[in-house]
Amino acid sequence: MNRFLLPLSIFIVVVVFLGVGLRLNPREIPSPLVGKAAPDFSQPQLYDPANVFSPADLKGKVWLLNFWASWCSGCRTEHPVLMELAKSGEVPIYGMDYKDQRDEAMTWLRRWGNPYPVVGVDDAGRVGINYGVYGVPETYVIDKQGVIRYKQIGPLDPDTVAEKILPLVKQLESQ
Amino acid sequence: MKWLMLIALLLPGSAWAGEARPLADDPAVEARLKHLAVELRCLVCQNQTLADSNAPLAEDLRREVREMISKDMSDKEIIDFLVARYGDFVLYRPPLKAATTLLWVGPFVLLTVGAAALVITLRRRAHTVVDVPVTDEEHRRVEQLLAEGGKRS
Repeated sequence: MNRFLLPLSIFIVVVVFLGVGLRLNPREIPSPLVGKAAPDFSQPQLYDPANVFSPADLKGKVWLLNFWASWCSGCRTEHPVLMELAKSGEVPIYGMDYKDQRDEAMTWLRRWGNPYPVVGVDDAGRVGINYGVYGVPETYVIDKQGVIRYKQIGPLDPDTVAEKILPLVKQLESQ
Repeated sequence: MKWLMLIALLLPGSAWAGEARPLADDPAVEARLKHLAVELRCLVCQNQTLADSNAPLAEDLRREVREMISKDMSDKEIIDFLVARYGDFVLYRPPLKAATTLLWVGPFVLLTVGAAALVITLRRRAHTVVDVPVTDEEHRRVEQLLAEGGKRS
Protein backbone atom coordinates (compact mmCIF):
# COMPACT_ATOMS: atom_id res chain seq x y z
CA MET A 1 0.00 0.00 0.00
CA ASN A 2 2.76 2.34 1.03
CA ARG A 3 4.49 1.74 -2.32
CA PHE A 4 1.61 3.33 -4.17
CA LEU A 5 0.98 6.19 -1.80
CA LEU A 6 3.84 8.39 -2.99
CA PRO A 7 3.33 7.99 -6.76
CA LEU A 8 -0.41 8.44 -6.24
CA SER A 9 0.03 11.67 -4.29
CA ILE A 10 2.46 13.00 -6.91
CA PHE A 11 -0.06 12.06 -9.60
CA ILE A 12 -2.85 13.90 -7.77
CA VAL A 13 -0.71 17.03 -7.35
CA VAL A 14 0.18 16.99 -11.05
CA VAL A 15 -3.47 16.48 -12.04
CA VAL A 16 -4.54 19.42 -9.84
CA PHE A 17 -1.88 21.68 -11.37
CA LEU A 18 -2.75 20.66 -14.92
CA GLY A 19 -6.47 20.98 -14.18
CA VAL A 20 -6.02 24.54 -12.95
CA GLY A 21 -3.77 25.28 -15.91
CA LEU A 22 -6.39 24.06 -18.36
CA ARG A 23 -9.00 26.38 -16.93
CA LEU A 24 -6.85 29.47 -17.24
CA ASN A 25 -7.21 31.44 -20.43
CA PRO A 26 -3.77 32.61 -21.58
CA ARG A 27 -5.47 35.32 -23.66
CA GLU A 28 -6.72 37.00 -20.52
CA ILE A 29 -3.88 39.06 -19.22
CA PRO A 30 -4.89 40.86 -16.04
CA SER A 31 -4.81 44.58 -16.69
CA PRO A 32 -2.74 46.74 -14.35
CA LEU A 33 -5.08 49.61 -15.26
CA VAL A 34 -8.08 48.37 -13.28
CA GLY A 35 -8.40 50.69 -10.29
CA LYS A 36 -6.40 53.44 -12.01
CA ALA A 37 -7.59 56.61 -13.70
CA ALA A 38 -8.66 56.04 -17.29
CA PRO A 39 -5.93 57.46 -19.56
CA ASP A 40 -6.92 60.75 -21.07
CA PHE A 41 -7.29 61.27 -24.80
CA SER A 42 -8.96 63.61 -27.22
CA GLN A 43 -9.72 61.93 -30.50
CA PRO A 44 -11.74 63.15 -33.47
CA GLN A 45 -15.27 61.85 -33.59
CA LEU A 46 -16.23 59.40 -36.31
CA TYR A 47 -19.34 61.27 -37.40
CA ASP A 48 -18.01 64.72 -36.65
CA PRO A 49 -14.23 64.85 -37.16
CA ALA A 50 -14.13 68.55 -36.31
CA ASN A 51 -15.18 67.72 -32.75
CA VAL A 52 -13.19 65.69 -30.26
CA PHE A 53 -14.26 62.92 -27.94
CA SER A 54 -12.57 62.96 -24.55
CA PRO A 55 -13.18 61.07 -21.28
CA ALA A 56 -13.23 64.45 -19.52
CA ASP A 57 -16.65 65.06 -21.15
CA LEU A 58 -18.04 62.09 -19.22
CA LYS A 59 -16.91 62.94 -15.69
CA GLY A 60 -19.70 62.19 -13.24
CA LYS A 61 -21.14 59.40 -15.38
CA VAL A 62 -20.67 55.67 -15.33
CA TRP A 63 -19.90 54.59 -18.88
CA LEU A 64 -18.41 51.88 -21.02
CA LEU A 65 -15.59 52.39 -23.47
CA ASN A 66 -15.65 49.79 -26.20
CA PHE A 67 -12.69 49.37 -28.57
CA TRP A 68 -13.88 47.92 -31.86
CA ALA A 69 -13.11 47.89 -35.57
CA SER A 70 -14.94 47.02 -38.73
CA TRP A 71 -12.23 44.45 -39.58
CA CYS A 72 -12.65 42.63 -36.28
CA SER A 73 -14.72 39.45 -36.32
CA GLY A 74 -15.09 39.32 -32.54
CA CYS A 75 -16.75 42.74 -32.72
CA ARG A 76 -19.34 41.34 -35.07
CA THR A 77 -20.09 38.57 -32.54
CA GLU A 78 -20.33 41.09 -29.74
CA HIS A 79 -22.40 43.62 -31.64
CA PRO A 80 -25.93 42.30 -30.89
CA VAL A 81 -25.06 42.27 -27.18
CA LEU A 82 -24.00 45.92 -27.34
CA MET A 83 -27.15 46.83 -29.28
CA GLU A 84 -29.28 45.13 -26.64
CA LEU A 85 -27.42 46.84 -23.80
CA ALA A 86 -27.70 50.22 -25.50
CA LYS A 87 -31.42 49.72 -26.00
CA SER A 88 -31.90 48.88 -22.31
CA GLY A 89 -30.52 52.34 -21.45
CA GLU A 90 -28.72 50.94 -18.38
CA VAL A 91 -25.34 52.39 -19.26
CA PRO A 92 -24.03 54.41 -22.23
CA ILE A 93 -21.46 52.67 -24.43
CA TYR A 94 -18.93 54.94 -26.09
CA GLY A 95 -17.03 53.53 -29.02
CA MET A 96 -13.40 53.79 -30.03
CA ASP A 97 -12.82 52.84 -33.62
CA TYR A 98 -9.43 51.15 -33.40
CA LYS A 99 -7.05 51.22 -36.39
CA ASP A 100 -9.82 51.32 -38.92
CA GLN A 101 -10.86 53.11 -42.11
CA ARG A 102 -13.40 55.83 -41.45
CA ASP A 103 -15.71 54.97 -44.35
CA GLU A 104 -15.59 51.25 -43.57
CA ALA A 105 -16.41 51.94 -39.94
CA MET A 106 -19.42 54.05 -40.92
CA THR A 107 -20.62 51.42 -43.38
CA TRP A 108 -20.30 48.78 -40.69
CA LEU A 109 -22.36 50.80 -38.21
CA ARG A 110 -25.00 51.60 -40.83
CA ARG A 111 -25.30 47.92 -41.62
CA TRP A 112 -25.37 46.43 -38.11
CA GLY A 113 -26.67 49.36 -36.08
CA ASN A 114 -24.94 51.94 -33.93
CA PRO A 115 -25.04 51.40 -30.15
CA TYR A 116 -22.74 54.35 -29.44
CA PRO A 117 -23.80 57.94 -28.67
CA VAL A 118 -20.29 59.01 -29.75
CA VAL A 119 -17.50 57.13 -31.49
CA GLY A 120 -13.92 58.31 -31.29
CA VAL A 121 -11.36 57.48 -33.96
CA ASP A 122 -8.04 55.94 -32.97
CA ASP A 123 -6.49 55.34 -36.35
CA ALA A 124 -2.89 55.02 -35.15
CA GLY A 125 -3.78 52.77 -32.21
CA ARG A 126 -2.21 55.14 -29.67
CA VAL A 127 -5.25 55.35 -27.41
CA GLY A 128 -5.33 51.58 -27.57
CA ILE A 129 -1.75 51.37 -26.33
CA ASN A 130 -2.49 53.77 -23.48
CA TYR A 131 -5.40 51.56 -22.45
CA GLY A 132 -3.36 48.38 -22.79
CA VAL A 133 -5.51 47.06 -25.64
CA TYR A 134 -3.96 44.08 -27.36
CA GLY A 135 -6.88 42.68 -29.27
CA VAL A 136 -10.24 44.18 -30.11
CA PRO A 137 -12.91 44.01 -28.90
CA GLU A 138 -12.05 45.19 -25.40
CA THR A 139 -14.42 47.01 -23.09
CA TYR A 140 -13.73 49.14 -20.03
CA VAL A 141 -16.16 50.12 -17.28
CA ILE A 142 -15.32 53.63 -16.11
CA ASP A 143 -16.81 55.16 -12.97
CA LYS A 144 -17.96 58.69 -12.13
CA GLN A 145 -14.47 59.73 -11.05
CA GLY A 146 -12.99 58.49 -14.30
CA VAL A 147 -11.43 55.37 -12.78
CA ILE A 148 -11.34 52.08 -14.71
CA ARG A 149 -13.27 49.49 -12.70
CA TYR A 150 -13.35 46.53 -15.04
CA LYS A 151 -11.78 45.38 -18.28
CA GLN A 152 -13.40 42.87 -20.57
CA ILE A 153 -10.97 41.20 -22.96
CA GLY A 154 -12.69 39.81 -26.01
CA PRO A 155 -16.37 39.96 -26.93
CA LEU A 156 -18.99 40.71 -24.30
CA ASP A 157 -21.63 38.01 -24.05
CA PRO A 158 -25.09 38.21 -22.46
CA ASP A 159 -23.93 36.30 -19.35
CA THR A 160 -21.00 38.61 -18.70
CA VAL A 161 -23.26 41.63 -19.14
CA ALA A 162 -25.90 40.26 -16.77
CA GLU A 163 -23.52 38.87 -14.14
CA LYS A 164 -20.62 41.30 -14.15
CA ILE A 165 -21.23 44.51 -16.08
CA LEU A 166 -24.76 45.43 -14.94
CA PRO A 167 -24.25 44.70 -11.21
CA LEU A 168 -21.01 46.67 -11.28
CA VAL A 169 -22.67 49.58 -13.10
CA LYS A 170 -25.50 49.62 -10.52
CA GLN A 171 -23.05 49.60 -7.68
CA LEU A 172 -20.98 52.41 -9.25
CA GLU A 173 -24.11 54.44 -10.00
CA SER A 174 -25.11 54.35 -6.33
CA GLN A 175 -21.75 55.67 -5.15
CA MET B 1 26.64 24.17 -67.11
CA LYS B 2 27.19 22.44 -63.78
CA TRP B 3 29.81 24.99 -62.89
CA LEU B 4 27.51 27.83 -63.75
CA MET B 5 24.85 26.45 -61.40
CA LEU B 6 27.37 26.01 -58.64
CA ILE B 7 28.51 29.61 -59.03
CA ALA B 8 24.89 30.75 -58.98
CA LEU B 9 24.37 28.87 -55.72
CA LEU B 10 27.39 30.44 -54.14
CA LEU B 11 26.35 33.99 -54.96
CA PRO B 12 25.03 35.90 -51.96
CA GLY B 13 21.32 35.20 -51.61
CA SER B 14 20.46 38.70 -50.52
CA ALA B 15 20.78 39.85 -54.12
CA TRP B 16 17.39 38.19 -54.79
CA ALA B 17 15.80 38.18 -51.36
CA GLY B 18 15.23 41.94 -51.26
CA GLU B 19 16.54 44.02 -48.42
CA ALA B 20 14.45 44.36 -45.27
CA ARG B 21 12.74 47.69 -45.09
CA PRO B 22 14.81 50.08 -42.99
CA LEU B 23 12.81 50.89 -39.89
CA ALA B 24 14.25 54.23 -39.01
CA ASP B 25 16.98 56.44 -40.30
CA ASP B 26 18.92 56.57 -37.07
CA PRO B 27 20.98 53.39 -36.54
CA ALA B 28 21.56 54.27 -32.87
CA VAL B 29 17.79 54.28 -32.25
CA GLU B 30 17.45 50.98 -34.10
CA ALA B 31 20.22 49.40 -32.05
CA ARG B 32 18.55 50.39 -28.78
CA LEU B 33 15.17 49.26 -30.07
CA LYS B 34 16.60 45.86 -30.95
CA HIS B 35 18.21 45.56 -27.56
CA LEU B 36 14.92 46.45 -25.81
CA ALA B 37 12.57 44.54 -28.07
CA VAL B 38 14.10 41.14 -27.34
CA GLU B 39 13.23 41.67 -23.67
CA LEU B 40 9.59 42.51 -24.42
CA ARG B 41 6.78 40.15 -25.24
CA CYS B 42 4.36 40.56 -28.09
CA LEU B 43 0.91 40.43 -26.52
CA VAL B 44 -0.81 39.04 -29.58
CA CYS B 45 1.49 36.12 -30.38
CA GLN B 46 2.50 35.46 -26.84
CA ASN B 47 5.53 33.31 -27.42
CA GLN B 48 7.29 35.83 -29.58
CA THR B 49 9.29 38.81 -28.55
CA LEU B 50 8.43 42.26 -29.75
CA ALA B 51 11.46 42.03 -32.00
CA ASP B 52 10.26 38.85 -33.75
CA SER B 53 6.60 39.60 -34.14
CA ASN B 54 4.90 40.97 -37.20
CA ALA B 55 1.55 41.50 -35.50
CA PRO B 56 0.15 45.01 -36.08
CA LEU B 57 0.21 45.69 -32.34
CA ALA B 58 3.89 44.71 -32.19
CA GLU B 59 4.58 47.16 -34.99
CA ASP B 60 2.72 49.89 -33.12
CA LEU B 61 4.60 49.11 -29.92
CA ARG B 62 7.92 49.20 -31.74
CA ARG B 63 6.94 52.60 -33.14
CA GLU B 64 6.04 53.75 -29.64
CA VAL B 65 9.35 52.47 -28.21
CA ARG B 66 11.26 54.07 -31.08
CA GLU B 67 9.64 57.43 -30.29
CA MET B 68 10.49 57.09 -26.62
CA ILE B 69 14.11 56.30 -27.53
CA SER B 70 14.19 59.40 -29.73
CA LYS B 71 12.94 61.37 -26.73
CA ASP B 72 16.00 60.10 -24.83
CA MET B 73 14.04 58.14 -22.26
CA SER B 74 16.00 55.55 -20.30
CA ASP B 75 15.41 51.79 -20.74
CA LYS B 76 13.77 51.71 -17.34
CA GLU B 77 11.36 54.52 -18.21
CA ILE B 78 10.39 52.78 -21.44
CA ILE B 79 9.85 49.43 -19.74
CA ASP B 80 7.86 51.09 -16.94
CA PHE B 81 5.67 52.75 -19.60
CA LEU B 82 4.81 49.37 -21.08
CA VAL B 83 4.40 47.57 -17.75
CA ALA B 84 1.98 50.29 -16.59
CA ARG B 85 -0.24 49.47 -19.58
CA TYR B 86 0.21 45.77 -20.16
CA GLY B 87 1.45 44.50 -16.81
CA ASP B 88 4.44 42.28 -16.10
CA PHE B 89 3.28 40.04 -18.89
CA VAL B 90 4.98 42.31 -21.39
CA LEU B 91 8.35 41.40 -19.90
CA TYR B 92 9.89 38.30 -21.39
CA ARG B 93 11.77 37.72 -18.16
CA PRO B 94 9.25 37.79 -15.30
CA PRO B 95 10.42 39.90 -12.35
CA LEU B 96 11.04 38.24 -8.98
CA LYS B 97 8.18 39.23 -6.70
CA ALA B 98 5.77 37.59 -4.27
CA ALA B 99 3.46 36.34 -7.02
CA THR B 100 6.28 34.83 -9.05
CA THR B 101 8.34 33.18 -6.28
CA LEU B 102 7.04 29.73 -7.20
CA LEU B 103 8.11 30.32 -10.78
CA TRP B 104 11.64 31.25 -9.82
CA VAL B 105 12.17 28.98 -6.82
CA GLY B 106 10.07 26.03 -8.02
CA PRO B 107 12.72 24.37 -10.24
CA PHE B 108 15.31 24.54 -7.47
CA VAL B 109 12.85 23.10 -4.97
CA LEU B 110 12.09 20.25 -7.37
CA LEU B 111 15.81 19.68 -7.92
CA THR B 112 16.47 19.53 -4.18
CA VAL B 113 13.53 17.17 -3.60
CA GLY B 114 14.72 14.97 -6.46
CA ALA B 115 18.28 14.88 -5.17
CA ALA B 116 17.09 14.10 -1.65
CA ALA B 117 14.87 11.29 -2.95
CA LEU B 118 17.79 9.87 -4.92
CA VAL B 119 20.13 9.93 -1.91
CA ILE B 120 17.51 8.34 0.35
CA THR B 121 16.74 5.59 -2.17
CA LEU B 122 20.40 4.81 -2.73
CA ARG B 123 21.07 4.65 1.02
CA ARG B 124 18.10 2.36 1.53
CA ARG B 125 19.23 0.11 -1.28
CA ALA B 126 22.72 -0.14 0.23
CA HIS B 127 21.05 -1.52 3.35
CA THR B 128 18.81 -4.01 1.57
CA VAL B 129 21.29 -5.44 -0.91
CA VAL B 130 23.39 -7.91 1.05
CA ASP B 131 26.21 -9.92 -0.44
CA VAL B 132 25.33 -13.59 -0.19
CA PRO B 133 28.38 -15.84 -0.42
CA VAL B 134 28.18 -18.42 -3.18
CA THR B 135 28.99 -21.92 -2.16
CA ASP B 136 31.24 -24.27 -4.14
CA GLU B 137 28.24 -26.43 -4.93
CA GLU B 138 26.47 -23.44 -6.51
CA HIS B 139 29.58 -22.53 -8.50
CA ARG B 140 29.69 -25.93 -10.03
CA ARG B 141 26.02 -25.81 -10.90
CA VAL B 142 26.41 -22.42 -12.59
CA GLU B 143 29.30 -23.67 -14.67
CA GLN B 144 27.36 -26.74 -15.64
CA LEU B 145 24.34 -24.66 -16.69
CA LEU B 146 26.51 -22.29 -18.72
CA ALA B 147 28.22 -25.14 -20.47
CA GLU B 148 24.87 -26.70 -21.35
CA GLY B 149 23.60 -23.39 -22.66
CA GLY B 150 26.70 -23.10 -24.87
CA LYS B 151 26.06 -26.54 -26.38
CA ARG B 152 22.45 -25.76 -27.16
CA SER B 153 23.22 -22.63 -29.09
